[in-house]
Amino acid sequence: MSAVRDLQGRLWAIVGGSSPLARAFAHRVAARGASVLLVGRDLDDLARTAADVSLRHQVEVLVHGCDLGDPDQVGLLARRLQSEAEAGRLDLLLAAAIMPSQAAMEADPALVPPLWQVNVTAPIDLLLRLAPAWQRAGRGTVVVVGSVAGDRGRLSNHLYGASKAALATFTAGFRNRMARAGVHVLTVKPGFLDTGMTWGLPGIFLPGQPDPVAGTILAAALNRKDVLYVPGFWWLILTILKHIPEPIFKRLKI
Amino acid sequence: MRAKTQTLGGWGRWPTSTASVFRPERLAELQRAVADAPSVLARGAGRSYGDQALNQSGSLVLTTRLNRLLGFDPTTGLLVAEPGVTFRDVLATFQPRGWRLPVSPGTGFATLGGAIANDVHGKNHDGRGSFSDHVQWFDLLLASGEVRRVVRGDALFRATVGGMGLTGVIIALAVTLDRVTGNAVLLKEQRITDLDHFLSALQAARASSYSVGWIDALARGRALGRGLLETAEPTDTTLPPERERRRRVPLDFPGFALSAPMVRAFNLAYRWRVPTAGRERLAPVAKFLYPLDAIEDWNRIYGKRGFHQFQCVVPDAEAPRALTAMLQAIADAGAASFLAVLKTLGPRGQGMLSFPQPGFTLALDFPHRATTGELLARLERLTLDAGGRLYLAKDSVASPASIAAMYPDLPAFQAVLAEVDPAGRFTSDMARRLGVRGGEARR
Ligand SMILES: Cc1cc2nc3c(=O)[nH]c(=O)nc-3n(C[C@H](O)[C@H](O)[C@H](O)COP(=O)(O)OP(=O)(O)OC[C@H]3O[C@@H](n4cnc5c(N)ncnc54)[C@H](O)[C@@H]3O)c2cc1C
Ligand SMILES: NC(=O)c1ccc[n+]([C@@H]2O[C@H](COP(=O)([O-])OP(=O)(O)OC[C@H]3O[C@@H](n4cnc5c(N)ncnc54)[C@H](OP(=O)(O)O)[C@@H]3O)[C@@H](O)[C@H]2O)c1
Repeated sequence: MSAVRDLQGRLWAIVGGSSPLARAFAHRVAARGASVLLVGRDLDDLARTAADVSLRHQVEVLVHGCDLGDPDQVGLLARRLQSEAEAGRLDLLLAAAIMPSQAAMEADPALVPPLWQVNVTAPIDLLLRLAPAWQRAGRGTVVVVGSVAGDRGRLSNHLYGASKAALATFTAGFRNRMARAGVHVLTVKPGFLDTGMTWGLPGIFLPGQPDPVAGTILAAALNRKDVLYVPGFWWLILTILKHIPEPIFKRLKI
Repeated sequence: MRAKTQTLGGWGRWPTSTASVFRPERLAELQRAVADAPSVLARGAGRSYGDQALNQSGSLVLTTRLNRLLGFDPTTGLLVAEPGVTFRDVLATFQPRGWRLPVSPGTGFATLGGAIANDVHGKNHDGRGSFSDHVQWFDLLLASGEVRRVVRGDALFRATVGGMGLTGVIIALAVTLDRVTGNAVLLKEQRITDLDHFLSALQAARASSYSVGWIDALARGRALGRGLLETAEPTDTTLPPERERRRRVPLDFPGFALSAPMVRAFNLAYRWRVPTAGRERLAPVAKFLYPLDAIEDWNRIYGKRGFHQFQCVVPDAEAPRALTAMLQAIADAGAASFLAVLKTLGPRGQGMLSFPQPGFTLALDFPHRATTGELLARLERLTLDAGGRLYLAKDSVASPASIAAMYPDLPAFQAVLAEVDPAGRFTSDMARRLGVRGGEARR
C-alpha cells in the first residue's frame, strides 16, 4: 500500500474496466486512496477486479454494468455519475474501445457503425451529458484513451484509426471547454500495449506493460498534461510519420 | 481469441518446443481457449525446469494475467486467489498485515497454481509439509468445460496435487495463511566439513523451523560433501523495508563462465563468506526464502544451450551411501555445478504424484552438454536403487520405467485421468515422454 493517500475522497469511474490498462489504472488510483467504480459488460470479471483492488488497497470499489453499444445504457451511466460530478468528486478514465480487423471491416462494412458507437459516439455522449455537472462543480479530471493510430490513416488500420482521430479531435475541443471551468482533460495516445488487443498480432514491437503505462498516465493526468504519448518514444515515431509527404506515404505498406 | 506461436523452454531452457500460446486476461477467455483446443496445458511462470510446462504443437494457456486476489478472511487467514498470483506478491501484500504463506518454494516468481501442480515444498518441510497441505479447495476447469469445486480428500484433489496440470486448469484456490509478526528470521550459518557431518547436522536441524544445506559439488575425497548449513527461526523483528535491487543478466553467458575453475572459485568464495566459527544474523524473510530472485533471469548464465536440474529424495537409511555415490559421480564427471542444495523432507504429500517423502533431497544444476545425459542416467539409477524418486518439476530426461517405479500411485492417477479427461486433451511434452497417459511413451 502506498503511503500517500492523496486521492482520498475522489471517485475514479473507469469505463472499460476489464481492459488490462484500466485494471492497472484502478490499482494506481486506489493505492492513493481513491474509490473506484468499474464500468463494463463482463460483470463477473469486474467483480473479480473489484475484489482484488479493494483487498489490496482497502478502498471502496463498485461495479456498474454498461454496454456502450446501447445508447440507453450510456444514458443510465451518465445519470449514475452526474451526482458524483456535481459533488466535485468524479474523475473519469475512458478506456473502452474495440478494434475489429481492418480486413474484416472492409469485407463487411456493417461492422463499422458498432465500432463507431463504442469508440466515438458513446464516449462523446457520456462526456457531453456530464459536462454541465463538472462545470458547476469546477473540478474533475478526465482521461480519454485514444491511440497513435488516430494520428495518421494507415493502410493497415485506418478504420479504427479514424475512430480514434474523431475521438481525439472532440477531446481537444472538449479540453478547451472544460479548462474554462477548471476541469482537466488529458488525451492519451498509446503506442503498442501488451494486452489482449495486440497479443499474437504480427509486427508488435516494444509493447508497454499495463502497470508502468498506467502509472505514467496517472502522473500526467495529475500534472495536468494535455496530450500524452506512451511509451514516450512513440511521440518521435509519430512526428516522423506525420511529416512523410502524402505522395510517399500512400505507397507505404504500413 | 488470438494465440501467439512461441518456442518456449522451462526454466532450464532445455528442451524447447513450439506451441500456440494463449494469454487470457479473464476467465471467460481462458474457458474459450481450453474449449477450442484439441491439446492443451496450463502454464504459470515457467519456473519448472524441464518439459513439464511445454506442449509441442498444442496449446498453452498462460495464467500470468489471472493474478487477482479474490478474498481474504482475517479471522481464519483463508486467502482465495486466482492461479496466476505469485508467492512474492502474497508476501509483499500480506506480510505487512501479519500473514504469510506457510510453505514457499525457493523462488517467489512461481505461481500458486503451479505450486499445487507440483505440490511444492520449502525449507520447512519437516514441520509444515508441502504447499497443498494448506490448500482447502480449488476450482478446476475440466476437459468437459465443467468447473468443479474440489476439496481436500477427494480423489480429484489428490490427482491434481502434483498432477502437472493434466487433470485440468486450476482457476481459483483457497489456501490458509499463517499469522506472523515481523518480517525477519534469525539466520544461523555454519561451515560443514564433509557429507557425514552434513547428514547428522541436517538430521538435528529437523527440529528447527527452517533448514537448508549448500554443498560444494566440486569438492572430492575427504572434502566430499562440504558446504554451509543454514538454519532459521522466525522472529518478531520488523526490519526496515529494503529497496529492492533487481539485477538482470544482460546476455547469455559464454561457455567458459561455467568451466570448472570458475565454478570452483565461486564455490570457495561462497563458503568463505561464513567464518569458521559460524555466524548469526537477522535476515529479511524475502531474502531468506528467495535468495536467487535478486537476479531475475539468472538461468541465462548457463548460456543458450540451457541446463538441467537434477533433484532426488532418498530415504534416511540409504542417504549416506546413495548421496556419497552421487556426489562422487558428479565430481568424477567434473560436471561443474554451482551450489548444490541438500535438505530434509518430512511426511509424504497428499498428491498421488507428490514428490516429498521422508528423507534427504539433493538438487543441483548441470549445463546441458553432450555428456550430461550419461551422468543424469547414472544419478537416476542411483536414486532408484536407493528407493528414492526424482522430482518431476525438475526433470527433462528420466525414463518412463523409472518414473513408474518411483511413483507407485501412478496407476491411480491414470485412473482419475481416464475418468475426467478420457480423450486426453490435457497433455504436455513431459506427459508424452513419460507415457503418463498410458500407452506408448515417446522417448
Ligand atoms: C530458483 C528456483 C527455486 C525453486 N525452488 C523450489 C523449492 O524449493 N521447492 C519446490 O518444490 N520447487 C522449487 N522450484 C520449482 C517450482 O517451485 C515449481 O516448478 C513450480 O511448479 C513452478 O511454478 P510455475 O508457476 O512457474 O509453474 P510452471 O513451471 O509454469 O508449470 C509447472 C506445472 O504446473 C502446471 N500448472 C501451472 N499452473 C496451473 C494451473 N493454474 N492449473 C493446473 N496446472 C497448472 C503446469 O501445467 C505444469 O505442469 C524452484 C524453481 C526455481 C526456478
Ligand atoms: N493495446 C494496444 O496496443 C493499444 C494501443 C493504442 C490504444 N489502445 C487503447 O487502449 C484502451 C485499452 O485497450 P486494451 O489494450 O486494454 O484493450 P482491451 O483489453 O480490448 O480493452 C478494451 C475494453 O473495452 C471494453 N469494451 C468493448 N466494447 C464494449 C462495449 N460495447 N461496452 C462496454 N465496454 C466495451 C472491453 O470490455 P468488455 O469486452 O469486457 O465488455 C474492454 O474492457 C483502448 O481504448 C484502446 O483503443 C490500445
